Amino acid sequence: MKVVLDHLTKRFPNRTKGEPDVIAVNDFTFEIPDGKLIGLLGPSGCGKSTCLNLISGLEKPSSGKVFFGETDVTDLEPENRGVGLVFQNYALYPHLTVRQNIMFPLQNLKGADKLEKEEMLRRADEAAKMVQIDKLMDRKPSQMSGGQQQRVAIARALVKMPRVLLLDEPLSNLDARLRLQTREEIRRIQRETGITTIFVTHDQEEAMSISDEIVVMKLGVLQQIGKPQEVYNDPVNLFVAQFLGTPAINTFTGEVRGGHVYIGSEAVLDAPGVPDQAVWVGIRPEGFILDEKGPFTLDLTRVEVMGRDTSVVAAHPFAQSPSVRAIISSENEVDADAAKVRFSLKPKKVFLFEEESELRIRF
Amino acid sequence: MKKSKLKGWLYLLPAIVFLGIFMVYPLVDVFVYAFQEGFNFASQTYKGVGWYNFSYVLRDPYFLQAVKNTFIIVIITVPVSTGLALLISLGLNSIKPLKNLFQTVYFLPYVTNTLAVGLVFMILFKKTAYTDGLVNLIINWFGSESIDFIDGPYWAKMFVMCFYTVWVVMPFKILILTSALASVNEDYYKAAKIDGTSKGRIFRRITLPMISPMIFYLVITGFIGAFKAYSDEVAIFGTDLNVAGMNTIVGYVYDMLYGDSGGYPSFASAAALILFVIVLTITVINLMVSRKNVHY
Ligand SMILES: Nc1ncnc2c1ncn2[C@@H]1O[C@H](COP(=O)(O)OP(=O)(O)OP(=O)(O)O)[C@@H](O)[C@H]1O
Ligand SMILES: [Mg+2]
Repeated sequence: MKVVLDHLTKRFPNRTKGEPDVIAVNDFTFEIPDGKLIGLLGPSGCGKSTCLNLISGLEKPSSGKVFFGETDVTDLEPENRGVGLVFQNYALYPHLTVRQNIMFPLQNLKGADKLEKEEMLRRADEAAKMVQIDKLMDRKPSQMSGGQQQRVAIARALVKMPRVLLLDEPLSNLDARLRLQTREEIRRIQRETGITTIFVTHDQEEAMSISDEIVVMKLGVLQQIGKPQEVYNDPVNLFVAQFLGTPAINTFTGEVRGGHVYIGSEAVLDAPGVPDQAVWVGIRPEGFILDEKGPFTLDLTRVEVMGRDTSVVAAHPFAQSPSVRAIISSENEVDADAAKVRFSLKPKKVFLFEEESELRIRF
Repeated sequence: MKKSKLKGWLYLLPAIVFLGIFMVYPLVDVFVYAFQEGFNFASQTYKGVGWYNFSYVLRDPYFLQAVKNTFIIVIITVPVSTGLALLISLGLNSIKPLKNLFQTVYFLPYVTNTLAVGLVFMILFKKTAYTDGLVNLIINWFGSESIDFIDGPYWAKMFVMCFYTVWVVMPFKILILTSALASVNEDYYKAAKIDGTSKGRIFRRITLPMISPMIFYLVITGFIGAFKAYSDEVAIFGTDLNVAGMNTIVGYVYDMLYGDSGGYPSFASAAALILFVIVLTITVINLMVSRKNVHY
């Protein structure tokens, strides 16, 4: 079931008196193709949960429409939309066993959809098997680990065979290792069921690793939508470039003069055809090539060798942050005692942005 | 090792002394009195040891009346006040405008002086030279005869008593239940809504279990409080409760000690022990029931 958002907007009255309305979701128009896993990504408070709630029907939009397939579901109550929702804190009913929790949505079915007890048990078992908790069916949520609770929550959302599965920061309560494991699990389950899934997170790495497509948003405004690698390689503005990637992109204040990009007095790169102007220069950590005759000189702070890679930490007076990080292959020998280190740059890993609008300048 | 143990006891000494004097000693004393037959208060002597005090109390019509009254009050007021408080709390929890105002209104009786509450009841129920009371006014309206709620038939007095007790205990219960309801995580309701759960089912399967520890707390304290009822009876019917036929077990104990026909600590102690056994039994039953139905 594809999901289409059409000029979807949600305003909230501001909680501070006298301030203008908060536009939590501002004019969203995009299509989520059938059977895909979409990562909805953005910093805290940018309106991710609100967007999800609009799709689930828990919130009604101020304007705009939501379509599931060709059907307009904007005025449909949540229970009639056929969505499964997994909460950040799982919201498992603590007084019910795992089996009762998973069966809960089925027991709500009325009229023609009503199921026999055996059928409910069978479906609950099936959903539990899918998330591999079928051995824990008689436990209470409090007797389970965070990862297991998470799976129960997913099973509860899956058991009624939703047309759309919505996950609101489902991994943020898990420790790092479990988070890795569980996100693979979610990916697997999504592939197996083929249910169109929207996955909210503020962790770009999480979104990049499991999503078919990511939607990057900021302050209620859609920034960019596309395949993770595409967005990473071709960000539309400074925000997206900075938001994606660990370590983060290095940002410098620079200038374009006569077709060259200057950072300070050094012409670090050619930018043919770009009019003269002040710019932001973004350089991905992997965009540096260690080069004794390279055009770009940095003050070396320290060198961190991490197995395969070496991370060169340096400083530059025109850098936006106190440290600049370059990741190069460990095969390179860096003299850790040197005061300066010189690089040349990979043009594809360097992005220019307009100073005012912070929009990408392509060259 | 030994020295540090001694030190520990030394720290506890003040507490132990106070508890000993004001709690343990009287408790022991009650037991002693209860089994001393023919105790003479003036000479502080007794004739023998045995169960006579209990058999006397259990045959005393005033005591039996008091037991009956107490049980009626308990059985009526605990469920009614808890149920009503739950209804009102649910209502309060679902309204947004004026919620605070209503919460305050319902809490007012709790902070209001007993005398003031008594006055309200006078206006509602008491017959004076000028008026038969507000409730009678309404009864007259429907064309019926006035009823004397304070000095009239037993059921009318019992009605006033239960009404009063419910009135007095409600604010606290509403306070506890509204905060219990407010503390249920909103996400449970959202999850239930997505799954199309009906209102009744949400209440039965989610809300009720979630606040069950608080309901249980209110029922247990409600039972214990109602079994110990006494002062409210005095506030409405005066001190001569036996004559009014509205005495309670604690009232009986008090009368046996200090009443006009008092001076019988043995009988008072026996009655107090009987009350203790009743309350203990009920509380144990409560705990057993709760083990099945309360979810922590
Ligand atoms: N009911 C509401 N009333 C007023 N403002 C609201 C309401 N709900 C959300 N907002 C505001 O809308 C904005 C978006 O909130 P939302 O919860 O969607 O953010 P989010 O991206 O999910 O953040 P997080 O990552 O912290 O969960 C925030 O500024 C928030 O304060
Ligand atoms: Mg959120």
